[in-house]
Parts: sequence; C-alpha cells; structure tokens
Amino acid sequence: MKLTLNIWRQESQSTTGAMKNYVIDNVSEDMSFLEMLDVLNEELIEKGEDPVAFDSDCREGICGMCGLVINGQAHGPEVTTTCQLHMRSFKDGDEITIEPWRAEAFPVLKDLCTNRESLDRIIQAGGYISANTGAAPDAHANLVPKDNADRAFMGAECIGCGACVAACPNASGMLFMGAKITHLGELPQGQPERDARVVSMVDQHDAEGFGGCTNLGECSRACPKGIPLNVISQMNRDLLRAKSHGK
Amino acid sequence: MHADIVGRASDYLPNVTCNITFVATSTVSSTTRNGPSTIALKSLMAITGLIFIGFVLAHMYGNLKIFAGEAAFNEYAEHLRELGEPLLPHEGMLWILRIVLILALVGHAYSAFALWSRASNARKSRYAVTKAAKSMFVSKAMRWGGVALLLFIVFHILHFTTNTIQVNGDYDNPADRLVSSFELWWVVLIYLFAVAALGMHLLHGVWAAGMTLGLNTSAKAAERLRIAAILVAVVTVVGYILPPLAILFGIIP
Repeated sequence: MKLTLNIWRQESQSTTGAMKNYVIDNVSEDMSFLEMLDVLNEELIEKGEDPVAFDSDCREGICGMCGLVINGQAHGPEVTTTCQLHMRSFKDGDEITIEPWRAEAFPVLKDLCTNRESLDRIIQAGGYISANTGAAPDAHANLVPKDNADRAFMGAECIGCGACVAACPNASGMLFMGAKITHLGELPQGQPERDARVVSMVDQHDAEGFGGCTNLGECSRACPKGIPLNVISQMNRDLLRAKSHGK
Repeated sequence: MHADIVGRASDYLPNVTCNITFVATSTVSSTTRNGPSTIALKSLMAITGLIFIGFVLAHMYGNLKIFAGEAAFNEYAEHLRELGEPLLPHEGMLWILRIVLILALVGHAYSAFALWSRASNARKSRYAVTKAAKSMFVSKAMRWGGVALLLFIVFHILHFTTNTIQVNGDYDNPADRLVSSFELWWVVLIYLFAVAALGMHLLHGVWAAGMTLGLNTSAKAAERLRIAAILVAVVTVVGYILPPLAILFGIIP
C-alpha cells in the first residue's frame, strides 16, 4: 500500500506545532499501525531527519500507553488501541491524518507524545483503597455477589489511555474517573473511602482543567475497553450521596 | 505526603553509566478550583431542567383548553390568577410560580454558560480533522438551541404575556389573542421552529438530567431513561403544535 500521512510535528511543549506531509510506500496490510510508523521513522532516520515521536509500550492492547487520533477518531476506525489497529483497516492511496490527544490537561511533549500525568494525579487523589500489607488475605474472606464482581471488573478494565478525553467534545475525564469509582465502589474493600474518593477525585479532575460531561457518549464509543457511559452516572450518584453525607 | 524516590539511576546502580532520571511518584498538586465543581453545576442544570419540564407540561395542558372552546380557555387563564385565593392575594400564586421559573432560568443559564466556557478552555487547540460524530449535532443543539430558546422565551413573553408585540390587532382576552395570532402563517412558522428546538432540547435534556442525577447505573436503566426522554419530547411537541395548526387550518374558528 502507498499512503499519504499528515502528521502533527511539534518540537517541544513550549513551541507551536504544525501538520507535516509524508508519503510512505510498501506498507503491508499485516503491519500494525505503530509498525507502519516504525517503518516511516527508519526512513526518516536514514534521511537524517528527526523521527516522529509517539508513545507505545506493550503493543498488545493492555497497557494504555499508546494513543493517536487517526482521521479524527481516538485510536482510529476500530474499537481497539492504536497498537492493535492494523493497516488492513486502510486502503491503498488513503490519506491518513495523525494527531496527538488534544486537551489542556494533556500537554503535548513532542510530536504525538502527550503528558497524561493528570490522570495519575486523579488516581492519587482517591482512586485507591487502604489495605494492610503482609500476608494476602484468603480470596473468599470477603464475599462479593457475581453481578457486583462483574461490574467492578468492567470498571477495572480501564487502561487509562485517555481516549475518552481525546474523543470528548468537552475534553472531560469523567469516563476514566467513573470507571475507577465504579470499580472500587462495587467491592466491599472500596466502601470505607467511598465518599471521600469521589469528592477528592472530582475536585482533582476539575483542578486539572478537564471539561464537564454533557452525556453525549463519545467517550464510551472511543473506549478500547468498551466501558459504558453508566459509570459516569454512577459517579454522579456517588457524589450526590457523599454530599448528602456532608462530605 | 507521598515519599518520592527521586534521583539518577547511577546513584543506586554504581556500575551503570546511564543518565536516566526517574521519579517513582509525582505528588498530588494542591487542588485549586474556581467555583463549584462541574458536577455541582450539572446538578443545578438537571434540577432546574426538571422544574422546566413540569412547567412545560402544565403550560401545554393550558394551551389544549382552546379545544374546549374560547370560554374554557379564558376561564383557565383567569383561574391561574385566582389560584390560592383567599389565602394568597390576587395573582399571588402566579407570581410565586413566575419567581420560581425566573430563578430556575437564571440557574439553568448560569450553569450552561459556566460549563460551556470550562469546556472550551479544556481544549484550546482544535483537531485538524474531526470525524462528524452524530453526538456533535446533539451537543450543538443543546448549546445554540438553548440560546435560541432563550431568545424565543423573551419574544413569547412580549407577545402573549405583556401584549407588547401585537401581530394581528389588539384583543383584551387571551383566546382572541391566541386565535388572531395563529391565523398568520408566519407566526405559526416561528412557533413551529421554537417547538422543534424545545423537542430536541428535551430529547437530550431528559436523558442528561437522569444521567446527572445518577439514575442510569445499568443497561436496563439506560433504556428506561431513553424511553422517558422520547416520551416527554414527543408529548411536548405534539401537544404544542396542535393548537396553532388547528387555528391556521380553521379547525378552531
């Protein structure tokens, strides 16, 4: 396949970037999207040009490190992570626009790499449980009904890639937050800190400069793990409950 | 506070000559937020929105009185002014309701503009390519449609409440005012557009209010909420377009 790539190039956080055009030939449809970029980078390095910086780590769709907006869609046209997107989803002669996640809370570090520490700080604000360290307790010491365990696991599937923020017209981080709050809120271990968790996380979210949710569902459609919109409603309910408890 | 491990790899591994700086954890920056949380604003929007839904349905019931005849319509209008008498003065209850609605309008518009501004500050650099997502239309319909409804409300009050704008002569009773106005096709057209905007606003608004108030926590609840939104929107649109159309086509003389 021969492709035309429009890629966002930005030297550093303090400089302004611009789209730049590249033509790449001999792309196999069996390549992953990131392998296609690897090939482009090898060509750029041979020519003595600066390779395109992008984030990736596990390349098996479980770590949440990669993430590109491809033709206006977070992680591209399939419901998966960028690393698990393959070139068979594109046609010979296609023009592909590749941009970083765009949100004030995710400043661009270089080219397609963004700083997503704001998500880490939201987790640090309350996305944890307190537990005694040492010998692990018996797995069946706390009984959890199957439905609750399933819903907790659904929330726990979030890999923190930030596609929800990238896809949201308001650059809101509420699907990410809702997933964690639902995950911990469905389990007995999450109950002691349940009220404080939602209050602190929402405060941190707003302080990081994310926008508010308008219940459109773009986040859920872009989520590579298919996390449903109802986790946001769960978070809203938890916050109202915490406020009614005077938190 | 978190104990941070900050340093160079060579501090810990003397034989390694690399120069990688690593930070195990970054501490939580102190939270400084201006004003109420986004969810508090959303809740204000949802609760004031529910007040408007109640008002819109009650107003629709009053409009439909025109089908029971001019006398019934005028009596209903007069009754609204006598509501609560003799405990309340004449028009007392009407003014209480008007004040509640004005406060709700201020709250609804304030939270809308505050959230709108926060959302545009959250993404200052725009995407070069945006996939025309279906939800973008709904989103624009909520914000610009809301502004359109606000302008319509001003026009509507000047038209029927204060009688400042007289489109087809001066009449002193409400039924005559209604019938004379909707005999003009362009007045009907303005109201049809406004009702369409209201219908779209409700279709997303009912759903969003339910989401914000924590009523959607399962697939089944989502289904119920969607049905409720469609029901409220359809009932409102049909209930509001019937009187003007009936007048325009001469069904109501």
